[in-house]
Amino acid sequence: MNLPLQPILASLRHHRLTTALLMLQVALTCAIVCNVAFMIVTRWGEVRIDSGIDETSLSMLESQGVKADATPWIHHAEDLTALRGIPGVTAAVAVDTLPLGGSESSTGACASSEAMEAAIKANSIDGQSACAEFATLAGSPGELAALGLKLIAGRDFLPDDYKTGDISAAIISRELAERLYPGAQALGKSLYNGSDTPVRIVGIVDTLLRPYLRDAGINQFTMLWPQLPNDNSVTYLLRSAPRDSERVLKAAVAVLNKVNPQRIIPAKRVRTYTQMRDSYFQRDTTMIGLLLASALGLFFVTALGIAGLANFWVQQRTRQIGIRRAIGATRGDILRYFQTENFLIVSGGTVLGMLLASALNLLLMTHYELPRLPLYYLPIGALILWGLGQLAVLGPALRAAAVPPVVATRSV
Amino acid sequence: MFAYYLDLAARSLKRNKVLTALMVLAIAVGIGASMTTLTVMHLLSCDPLPTRSGTLFFPQVDPNPYPDGPSLPYDMMDYRSAVDLWSAHRADRQALIAHGQLKLTAPQVNLPPLMAQVLSTTSEFFPMFDVPFRYGHGWSAQDDASRARVAVISADLNNKLFNGADSVGRTLRLKDSDVRIVGVLDAWRPSPQFYDVAGGRFDDGQTGDFYGRTEDVFLPLNSSSDINPVGFNFFTCWSMPQSDATLQTSPCVWMTLWVQLDSPAKVRSYRQFVADYAALQKSAGRFARADNTQLRSLMGWLDFNHVVPSDVRLQMWVAFAFLLICLFNTVGLLLAKFLRRSGEIGVRRALGASRAAIMAQCLFEAGLIGLLGGIGGLLLTLLGLWLVRRQPVAYADLVHLDTAMFLATFALAIAASLLAGLLPAIRASRMAPGLQLKMT
Repeated sequence: MNLPLQPILASLRHHRLTTALLMLQVALTCAIVCNVAFMIVTRWGEVRIDSGIDETSLSMLESQGVKADATPWIHHAEDLTALRGIPGVTAAVAVDTLPLGGSESSTGACASSEAMEAAIKANSIDGQSACAEFATLAGSPGELAALGLKLIAGRDFLPDDYKTGDISAAIISRELAERLYPGAQALGKSLYNGSDTPVRIVGIVDTLLRPYLRDAGINQFTMLWPQLPNDNSVTYLLRSAPRDSERVLKAAVAVLNKVNPQRIIPAKRVRTYTQMRDSYFQRDTTMIGLLLASALGLFFVTALGIAGLANFWVQQRTRQIGIRRAIGATRGDILRYFQTENFLIVSGGTVLGMLLASALNLLLMTHYELPRLPLYYLPIGALILWGLGQLAVLGPALRAAAVPPVVATRSV
Repeated sequence: MFAYYLDLAARSLKRNKVLTALMVLAIAVGIGASMTTLTVMHLLSCDPLPTRSGTLFFPQVDPNPYPDGPSLPYDMMDYRSAVDLWSAHRADRQALIAHGQLKLTAPQVNLPPLMAQVLSTTSEFFPMFDVPFRYGHGWSAQDDASRARVAVISADLNNKLFNGADSVGRTLRLKDSDVRIVGVLDAWRPSPQFYDVAGGRFDDGQTGDFYGRTEDVFLPLNSSSDINPVGFNFFTCWSMPQSDATLQTSPCVWMTLWVQLDSPAKVRSYRQFVADYAALQKSAGRFARADNTQLRSLMGWLDFNHVVPSDVRLQMWVAFAFLLICLFNTVGLLLAKFLRRSGEIGVRRALGASRAAIMAQCLFEAGLIGLLGGIGGLLLTLLGLWLVRRQPVAYADLVHLDTAMFLATFALAIAASLLAGLLPAIRASRMAPGLQLKMT
């Protein structure tokens, strides 16, 4: 391809201001879109996080204020028997909370009693090497199977493990096991939480997410706890075929109200696990939508700017194009002229844009605790802008290429 | 002159309708996005109690018996510290606050029982926060002391249970106790609900729930703890509570104290009073640190808790970035447009128009684009706010366009377009008349 850059550069120098403006616009778009894209991807990763449980088969409802006596668990057990009688329900358990359930009980424990004593002395679990702060998920017998959790070592709880008071057995997540017993087998070890009896680890599950997400490093710090829910407020978890869940939930409300009409079942808390998960991430999905819309909007506006200016330049240079055509330039030459011109402007913009993107990322890191922008976002952003620039300039460039040589002979 | 420029601007805009439409659209979208987010931001960051906020303060002490506890005092207080400070009555007004839920039924009202949000407080809560009453009134200090079974209910609850009728004198059943309604609030929607704000710095920017509605039921603190001694939410504990501990004796923080201090001198002396209290408790061996006290103003407390959700801030920045790009677009397009008219401008200059006149004319055109963009932006802002209202966020019902924001929309649109038109206008006005005539 024989395309001298000299005349293009000369022309761009002539339109210094306009060229600079367009470059700056491309640069800002590049900087903003790279960071917005990174935010979208980060949030999308959070929304897609694996809870470790069999989500689609689960639904739940909450029952509050059953009876004012000392043993709510007895009433929960009656409720569970009634719930298991609903056709289509393959498992029913009482739980205090669920992965992504929002409300979380957390506790600290250590791999050795010495470490726990040190932590108590320091009045903080943070920074103690063999200790961790983790979420506890309590539930009635059958919870492991109802959640569809897979043990990678050990066993499920035995009927004797379940108590309403202090418990002595626990199933923990793989990541928590690795944190507490790095490089060693956690199964069968004891955990010290400051109470008189240590807790023995009887099983390990691969993935089990916290009820309330924090940092990626500790989102899997969870423990299943064979503690029978003994509060007036309880969540009943039902397992059924996904297509049955709506019907099962309706039947469950009716059944529970028959067992005890005095209870409160908040309508908002009767839902499938998927609905609960969606509402947990509702903020993030809204934000993803907004960010996506603004990124597309930015591209659109920038493309408009490129196309608008190219259009003007084509109009302005109609006569010159005619002259070039008259002295032998082909349509392809004219087309390539505008394409190359655009390529040069966008290139200049993206180089500046990549620098701006990094600077903007530094700013966001301090104000929004956003992680560092991975470098590969920059060339991707640049490539997209190049493509966008070429696309935007194509129309005006084709119009320029269609200018007949005879224009050269007309006076304007 | 005005009419002439307007005519010129309108002619020029009409000459290239597509381009004009694009510029107007870009401004409108940029303004719509910015004003939607700015309005939400404005509503969420304004003063919840404009007439009173300057005199309201939030004392904090650090009841932690361990010297290496958190560096800042807890966001709430333990029972003993809160009650000690409250019963000293050193402020012009003071109110204790604790939260909880109670099962509520209304006799003779055919509704299923519901879980009511209960705010347990003391009598001066209502006058101190200037709470409006629809029917009846708050309770007295005497009621606080005598543990009277009285309650004030919210307008929402009154509508739900009694269809908005005057329910003063009627009875509510809370858990297993009867309370008599003495007051019904009028519509009261402080934004944020400042007296419930605590722990914002641990919320990771997810603070939308601070903008919720008021509690359903307000009870005297003592009566509330008689009705359900364990029914309070606690904030945190500095050590494991003994199994037989009541909340009152537990090593937990779960209460807040708000005080009204009417003059700077009183603020100073109250600050000293809190410090003296902490010193006394330290020497009694109950506190580890006497210097860890705070007396934040209402707005200072909201700032400290970062009450405006971080997503709302982020949305605002993204929207303004969008507006910025739209403006760059407009600058480029206007520049091209004005420069293309160099012939016409040359003629006008040659016929005696001054540089200022050319510039004024160009800016007029830019301003007209801004005005049109502002109208479009206003419509898009209304659309955007409508979308925000449909979001399941606590502040959805608060979102509306007030007069200030309505005017700000046009001010921003015109200012933005004038800014965008400035550079092209300067360039256009600098053209030498003769040169332009020759080139044509």
